[in-house]
Amino acid sequence: MKQAIKLGLIGGVVAVLLSLVGMVEAFGQRQIIANVISMGHTLLLLVGLLMSYLAAKRTPTTEPINVLTNGFISGFFVAGLVVLLIILGSLINLRKVFINASPMLYNLLTVGMEKRAGSFLLILIGLSSGLLASLFTLAPPLLRRVLLISVGSIVGAGVLQDLLRPTFALWGPLSIINEWIFTANGLTLRGAIGLFILITAFSFFWYRKGKAIQSRFHQLPSAPQRILKMTGILTLVFILLILPQVLGLFLSEVFTIVGLYVLLGLGLNIVVGYAGLLDLGYVAFFAIGSYTVAVLTSPELGFFNLSFWEALPFAVVLGVISGVLLGIPVLKMRGDYLAIATLGFGEIIRILVLSDFLRPWLGGAQGIGKIPKASIAGFEFTGPQQIYYLILAGCLLVAFVSLRLRDSRLGRAWMAMREDEDVAQAMGINLVATKLLAFATGAGFSAISGAIFATKLSSVYPHSFNVMISINVLCVIIVGGMGSIPGVVVGAAALVGLPELLREFAEYRLLVYGAVLVAMMLLKPEGLWPEPVRRRELHEDEDEAGLDQTSNSNE
Amino acid sequence: MLRRWIERMTPTDVIMWLIGGAILLMIFWGSAATLSAKTYTAHHWFDFIVFGLAQGSIYALIAMGYTMVYGILRMINFAHSEVFMSGPYTAYFVAAAFYSSGFLDQHPIISLILIFLTSMATSTLVAVLLERIAYRPLRTAPRLIPLITAIGASFFLQYTFRGFYGSGFQAYPVVKILEGEWAWGEFRILKFQAVVIVAAAILMASLYSFVQRTRVGKAIRAVSEDKETSSLMGIDIDRMIVTTFVIGGMAAGAAGVLYALMFKQVHFFMGFIPGIKAFTAAVLGGIGNIPGAMLGGIFLGLVESVGPSLFLDGLGIVAPYQLKDAIAFTMLVLVLIFRPTGILGERLAVKKA
Repeated sequence: MKQAIKLGLIGGVVAVLLSLVGMVEAFGQRQIIANVISMGHTLLLLVGLLMSYLAAKRTPTTEPINVLTNGFISGFFVAGLVVLLIILGSLINLRKVFINASPMLYNLLTVGMEKRAGSFLLILIGLSSGLLASLFTLAPPLLRRVLLISVGSIVGAGVLQDLLRPTFALWGPLSIINEWIFTANGLTLRGAIGLFILITAFSFFWYRKGKAIQSRFHQLPSAPQRILKMTGILTLVFILLILPQVLGLFLSEVFTIVGLYVLLGLGLNIVVGYAGLLDLGYVAFFAIGSYTVAVLTSPELGFFNLSFWEALPFAVVLGVISGVLLGIPVLKMRGDYLAIATLGFGEIIRILVLSDFLRPWLGGAQGIGKIPKASIAGFEFTGPQQIYYLILAGCLLVAFVSLRLRDSRLGRAWMAMREDEDVAQAMGINLVATKLLAFATGAGFSAISGAIFATKLSSVYPHSFNVMISINVLCVIIVGGMGSIPGVVVGAAALVGLPELLREFAEYRLLVYGAVLVAMMLLKPEGLWPEPVRRRELHEDEDEAGLDQTSNSNE
Repeated sequence: MLRRWIERMTPTDVIMWLIGGAILLMIFWGSAATLSAKTYTAHHWFDFIVFGLAQGSIYALIAMGYTMVYGILRMINFAHSEVFMSGPYTAYFVAAAFYSSGFLDQHPIISLILIFLTSMATSTLVAVLLERIAYRPLRTAPRLIPLITAIGASFFLQYTFRGFYGSGFQAYPVVKILEGEWAWGEFRILKFQAVVIVAAAILMASLYSFVQRTRVGKAIRAVSEDKETSSLMGIDIDRMIVTTFVIGGMAAGAAGVLYALMFKQVHFFMGFIPGIKAFTAAVLGGIGNIPGAMLGGIFLGLVESVGPSLFLDGLGIVAPYQLKDAIAFTMLVLVLIFRPTGILGERLAVKKA
């Protein structure tokens, strides 16, 4: 009861916050199902549903009546606070301070009705969302999962419609689906219902039969199993290879950006994930790679006019050297001193590049342009659809190298150092060499991605190399799972790819990004695809419970 | 003695000393050249120093929040720069209302006090909410996790305030009594700079004596030394941590208004650069150490304002003022090379950093 009120109030505050920040209004432009529900309404409804669900779930007894009342109460409070906002807004002009408290917002909140009737309706909607959520809590688990997936995918289809529609349109036969499902803004009602039935049926089937299919696969003798796995990998490689041709320009661009972050992430993963050295100035090496290629190739400066492939080794070597040079002064620093010193180093590089003092050599604030594209045997890496292959090759190479490094003697030394420097030293690990090698390897990888970045944009500007890049890359590897190579890919896709896809809501991109980071660290600190060791570390007690369960199920 | 010292030198030590020596040499060379060239007269230097002191005392106030939170939780509160931003940005609306109603000109002192109070209250509220929602559940988590949470919270707060108040620059109203200057002969001092320095000094002194003299301050220091033991002594750890955030928030809110009075505008992104500088200052002075943070802040402010002209002008570098941040960070690296735990050193009982 008390908890339900608390949850309801939290939800209400969140809903009011979303409205005042302007998200409800901005998202209100986009229809999920045409003329039925917009994204803004979905957002508010989801808050109500989530809070009522939590309230219902945390009810100490499982008596339906208690669960229902708790759901009702929290739904009521969520709606109540929004109604309070509407009343407050009609009494005083909130707009003087909160620029988003516009008549449009109130119109959206009251579903286009007059204020009093709209408020009653809002309370009713709140109560019914409480009812729905508590019924959902009481439903059997299978039904819950199936419902969650199908509703989730409809919302997903609505949110990503701008992406799905052109992609479908590229493929002749699939374009029929377009007409059937999508209108100019939002899904059609029949499309949504059709999709819902289809996905419900499919996921129902999977939950019924999926286990059986999996176990049949595991029961196969090892030879066919291996063949199946190999075909899986080959298909994956094939898909990766044809991806840009299939997906069109925009998506290829998104993939190249994600790929660059994967490259950067794999490099930083060595420094932070393996060796445990918190480096906040990682962007410096990215900048050094970019600028080396720019200075060596660009005819604008006219010093060297090398080709991209001739300049690349210089970029890597320079990156490695600067990694060592940065590494030496910070060898004795630990933890946060290291973080701030490296951050300082990153800023120094950016400021030097930006300054008028070095302008004749590095172009100053205008940057360097006209960097030639790379080419192999007549194939020019011009647009994103071609650069993609360059980045893919880079990613595969770097992923392979870091995988081999992880399992090498050096990799084990890094991890020993990460766990405890003093003990590692006592075990005979040369800390100086090991640390410098970590910095150098990470810097080399970063320089490679910087070089590719330079030829991708065919120009470099100092403003591309601010401290936010370092922080974003750090977030990528931690959200993905520290020290885990697939984690870097997943992290880059989640933190860089998804926001790129939702570009039109760019204003709220970083807001959501921040909220997701906080939520992620609170709920799943080991990352999306963690190393097994780290998962065990962070979930010691839960794992024991898990082990008990598995041993029970084996019996 | 000397022989043993030479024997213990490793190649990396040599390189480090060489780097440090080269930087020092450049500094002395540059300073000597600038001073002998006499492009700047005494009152120029005086202006630089006053500006540096004003800037530095703002850094010092923000740095106190960083260093106290670090001392008690061993975490970089990356979102502290947003605590700093939220206060003056919210207080702007109070200031603007006072300005348009003419109250600001009639009762400037009362208005300023109210603006300060609004700013400090908002910053404190943000800091406390931050602690409660984002940091408290993560007390026992590994080091990097609270850092990422703090980065996330920083983004979230920045863009929440942007959503609330809009993305443009807001010009802070001009307070008439703070305009103009006081002059003694050729030395002059802008009034608002003097006010910033004095106000920051008073605030720092009172916050420092609060931490050093009162029972609560003592309890906070006890918790920073050892959480478990102090909880055995009957200290409510959660309350002390919240108090720390309150003090940090108050200092940041006050620093924010001073910053807004000095640069006359607010913006949702205004916290980022001062935040990084203040954190640098905290590390420079020795993190976890309150006098260190103050000293570091003032040192950084002075280096930034005096440094470009003093060190670089003589070397014939064009537009040296663009390189002020580079100088600040070079100083940091230099200090850390020779004193890896900051100027005053860490005041942590057990080195857990």
